[in-house]
Amino acid sequence: MRPTFINIGERTNVTGSARFRKLVADGDYPAALSVARQQVEAGAQVLDVNMDEGLLDSVAAMRTFLNLMAAEPDIARVPVMIDSSKWDVIEAGLKCVQGKAIVNSISMKEGEEKFVEQAKKCLRYGAAVVVMAFDEQGQADTASRKVAICERAYRILTEEIGFPPEDIIFDPNIFAIATGIEEHDNYAVDFIEATRRIKQMLPHARISGGVSNVSFSFRGNEPVRRAIHSVFLYHAIAAGMDMGIVNAGELPVYDDIPAELREAVEDVVLNRKSAKTPNPTERLLELAPKYKGGKQEAKGPALAWRSLPVEARLSHALVHGITDFIEADTEEARAKAERPLHVIEGPLMDGMNVVGDLFGSGKMFLPQVVKSARVMKQAVAYLLPFMEAEKEGKPREHAGKIVMATVKGDVHDIGKNIVGVVLQCNNYEVIDLGVMVPADRILDEAERQGCDLVGLSGLITPSLDEMAFVAGEMQRRGFTVPLLIGGATTSKTHTAVKIAPRYEAGPTVYVLDASRAVGVVSNLLSATEKPKFLADTAADYEKVRAAFARGQGTRARAALAQARANAWTPDWAAYDPPKPTFTGTRTFAPYELADLARHIDWTPFFASWELVGRYPDILEDDVVGEAARELFRDGQAMLAKIIQEGLLEARGVVGFWPANACGDDIVLFTDETRTAELARLHTLRQQMLKSGEQRNMALADFVAPVGTKPDWIGGFAVTAGHGELELAAEFRAKGDDYSAILSTAVADRLAEAFAEALHRRVRTELWGYAPDEPFDVEALIAEKYRGIRPAPGYPAQPDHTEKLTLFRLLDATAAAGIELTEGLAMTPPAAVSGLYFSHPESFYFGVGRIEKDQVEDYARRKGWTLAEAERWLGPVLNYG
Amino acid sequence: MTRAERIAALNAAAKDRILILDGSWGVMIQKQRLAEADYRGARFADHRLPLKGDNDVLCLTRPDIIAGLHDAYFAAGADISETNTFSATSIAQAEYGLEAAVRDVNFEGARIAREIADRWTAKEPDKPRFIAGSIGPLPVMLSMSSDVNDPGARKVTFDQVYQAYLEQVRALHEGGVDLFLIETITDTLNCKAAIKAILDLQDEGYEPLPIWISGTITDRSGRTLSGQTVEAFWNSVKHAKPFAVGLNCALGAELMRPHIAELARIADTLVSAYPNAGLPNAMGEYDETPDQTGHQLHEWAEAGIVNILGGCCGTTPEHIRHVADAVRGLKPRAVPERATALRLAGLEPFELAS
Repeated sequence: MRPTFINIGERTNVTGSARFRKLVADGDYPAALSVARQQVEAGAQVLDVNMDEGLLDSVAAMRTFLNLMAAEPDIARVPVMIDSSKWDVIEAGLKCVQGKAIVNSISMKEGEEKFVEQAKKCLRYGAAVVVMAFDEQGQADTASRKVAICERAYRILTEEIGFPPEDIIFDPNIFAIATGIEEHDNYAVDFIEATRRIKQMLPHARISGGVSNVSFSFRGNEPVRRAIHSVFLYHAIAAGMDMGIVNAGELPVYDDIPAELREAVEDVVLNRKSAKTPNPTERLLELAPKYKGGKQEAKGPALAWRSLPVEARLSHALVHGITDFIEADTEEARAKAERPLHVIEGPLMDGMNVVGDLFGSGKMFLPQVVKSARVMKQAVAYLLPFMEAEKEGKPREHAGKIVMATVKGDVHDIGKNIVGVVLQCNNYEVIDLGVMVPADRILDEAERQGCDLVGLSGLITPSLDEMAFVAGEMQRRGFTVPLLIGGATTSKTHTAVKIAPRYEAGPTVYVLDASRAVGVVSNLLSATEKPKFLADTAADYEKVRAAFARGQGTRARAALAQARANAWTPDWAAYDPPKPTFTGTRTFAPYELADLARHIDWTPFFASWELVGRYPDILEDDVVGEAARELFRDGQAMLAKIIQEGLLEARGVVGFWPANACGDDIVLFTDETRTAELARLHTLRQQMLKSGEQRNMALADFVAPVGTKPDWIGGFAVTAGHGELELAAEFRAKGDDYSAILSTAVADRLAEAFAEALHRRVRTELWGYAPDEPFDVEALIAEKYRGIRPAPGYPAQPDHTEKLTLFRLLDATAAAGIELTEGLAMTPPAAVSGLYFSHPESFYFGVGRIEKDQVEDYARRKGWTLAEAERWLGPVLNYG
Repeated sequence: MTRAERIAALNAAAKDRILILDGSWGVMIQKQRLAEADYRGARFADHRLPLKGDNDVLCLTRPDIIAGLHDAYFAAGADISETNTFSATSIAQAEYGLEAAVRDVNFEGARIAREIADRWTAKEPDKPRFIAGSIGPLPVMLSMSSDVNDPGARKVTFDQVYQAYLEQVRALHEGGVDLFLIETITDTLNCKAAIKAILDLQDEGYEPLPIWISGTITDRSGRTLSGQTVEAFWNSVKHAKPFAVGLNCALGAELMRPHIAELARIADTLVSAYPNAGLPNAMGEYDETPDQTGHQLHEWAEAGIVNILGGCCGTTPEHIRHVADAVRGLKPRAVPERATALRLAGLEPFELAS
């Protein structure tokens, strides 16, 4: 039996990882921690932490990092190797770990006295030690000197200070071989030989070493370096090496190294010269370029699946979302197949069927499925040229063709993209027209392509009308294919009541989320299932319409005058509204992304992938925990990439103006004389019947009325989306929809975080009414602070057109580069805007449905016709 | 007897029988219904802060009560009694503004206990009595953040904790304790600072004394408050070469048993246990009766998983009497020999077997 070997990861080592060094140097400890987490998740049994970098305060970095690690149970699980050549850094580390660590390293290079003193301290702090084969004369190079130094150190440790021999680990120095200098040729042999003798002579002691040194002369040729590491370890472990600092996940299995290369490497490692190969180094140098290969990055330690037949490998790659080998495997399958198309219809579709089954039975989750789709796309992309080269090549047989779009005036597309990918996974051809697509373009394309279905998506409320309009156009133009409706503001009720009746010639079906899309589409396209499905849906929608109609009658509302009489009226005499530190606008462009990262509320990120649960609990969830962790890891990596490479830019603008309420409107003044009106914001009042202390709220209630006291209102518009469309497009061009969707989701989170961060600055600094508010992300997410920031188009003010006033006041397009579409969606899509209210009792509420009397009043105030008002307020009307 | 002779006698007794530790101090002091004036005594009559509730200061202001409790526990059958110095560090006493009195509290606490123990040993030479210097946890932790918004934040440094413990253990040593008992450990890093302070005393010429380490498993998760499993905890403190290792507080006997069984399996030293008298009821009181405690711990002794038994929160001399009676004549756990191996720990144990 081969002995156990402990891999000690080197990614949290500033001397071993340029990325980690940069993160620590930049003080980006959250990202540095995620490096540690990845290592542990990848199976590291001991974490090596090294902060030895000339420009770092290594003591402080060691302390900070270890203290932060202590707060992460999934990282702190494993022991730490405190790695430094400086004793003060090691001691600082020892003062931060509650577990039993390994000190790496101490030695006799500064004499016996120092060595004893440091070893004694390790004993009293409770740590195992790595002892370097290094004495007053220098580092040991030959086997006999290595052994002699280790023996001397062992004797001092065990006999003089009672160090437990099992807590001693020797590092007999691994040096570079094949350097062209003859004296170096035997270095690997010296190490292996010393290992063998130390293990024999010094009971319980262990052997460790930094493996990558050995291949240093082949830097730049990773495949050959890995082969050297693998061969070296093969022999060193057999001789008794117990642990090593090595990226084991990337090592080839000894037996998998091509025989020619393995023999050449073996001759070099074991310093074997023969008549046939008088100079092994030269032979390896000659051979090396042949194996340099591409920059194919093997990831993860479990590569056993690579030895399966090609069909099983393709299936494995699809299920696990691994793209690393997909081209080679696809090529192998193609070579075996009669026609390239057969690869798609055979092994690839078989694999996707497995994915589909796992997804259908709840064993896979959306982010994983989207990753599978990425693999599929790359395989198909590889095959396309071959299929085109086949003159007689017929187009691929799809299960059906769907045209999809986000409707005119709306820019949101995460959900639509996920649906598209899931459908593609199930062999539907998806023609995605993108965002803000007018009705005629959608329908022209649907006709031209001869598609089987049309899918519409939208997130903001004006999109609901646009969808109804598209449905009407389909009726007018004689369509009969099914129309699918999806997106955050859509609902079964709206679809049944407002959209389906406009398109009687064909079925209209609401799709709750991406996981339902495949079921709905396959039913609609199946000759056998379709009639029953349509009948069920029609009956269901009829019931929904009936329920809606009944609900209409029972929702009694207060008359507007009655609601106004029950307005919320605080005692303005007893309250002095706080004055902002400035009036007018102030621009924040660009805003530091790294600062936004810590304000992120991750819960909605998971929700956007249909993983339901609160962050961070969701990571430990029994059912979706694994998928959530994987997604979170990818999300964090995307966030880190975006920040590091500056792929997105955040810009924002904030403004404050003197303001007083006037009825249900809020008047903004040009200056503190409050004589000239600058603008007028309109608010809507709740008309549900209230009892007791409950009030009929309007946002205007939170501002002091004209003639009472001076008050102010604020507004903001922020985006973290400059670059998001380009970034997503870039990923998509590479067939990587997963990363495209991920980047959009992260941009959305950053925009929300920007709104939170800025609101906090408004409270503590810019308006400054809560200067001492502590920073607490949990509290931010729970909105436990003074003041609100409601957005036009959302429940407290459902009228999107108020955004026009807000944007004009802020000059948001010039200041932050945010534009409004004709449907009043903001673009770039990762954007948030709203008003600021400072009243300590202000709170979020929903206006709910309103009556015609208020709509008429509102139309008068806005200068609209009643029809215009009803169009914009459609979703909240309490009547026909 | 000299201290060296007493330590030899302690080791001999541990081979021979299950040793009995005393019970709770808090509940017994509570029963005295002391007033602020009792805590202040003459020495702190004009102290700027209220002292009621600072049980440790009673070593200086009501030594009669402290002596009486040692006496009661020895009379109930305890072999070992703890000094009344659970919170006698400058860090814990800062709450009462008594940092300056820390040395005196520890020294006097040890001296009073020593005097009572020696009196019992003189009376019953066949059953020598021992004093363990109590070293409790601190209100601050080195492994846990002090600020929810900054996981890296700590209220104190390792060096500050180390200095506070060093002051305490030096005074306990000088006051005459036979061994050190680091107990109710919620954070292993704090404990490691205490261990280092004790070991470093040797460099000042102090005679080495046995160290006894008792951790606390806070709840059913089976982990310490700072997140370690029992085995990880043991791997992290084994370098102290402790006289005994065990668990106390937080749990009653029933919930503590599996963790003691685990420790009994892995620790190649004596194993101790002094659980609470059950779990607190709705009023925060402990209801487990002395015979119930005695009955449960009797089963542990029969199972051969313990070497030292006693009581923590809610236990009284009556509980200790029942435990002592219940395990009298039963064999102590045989200390197992474990295969030599490199054993490390994070929150979880790591072992590289030979």
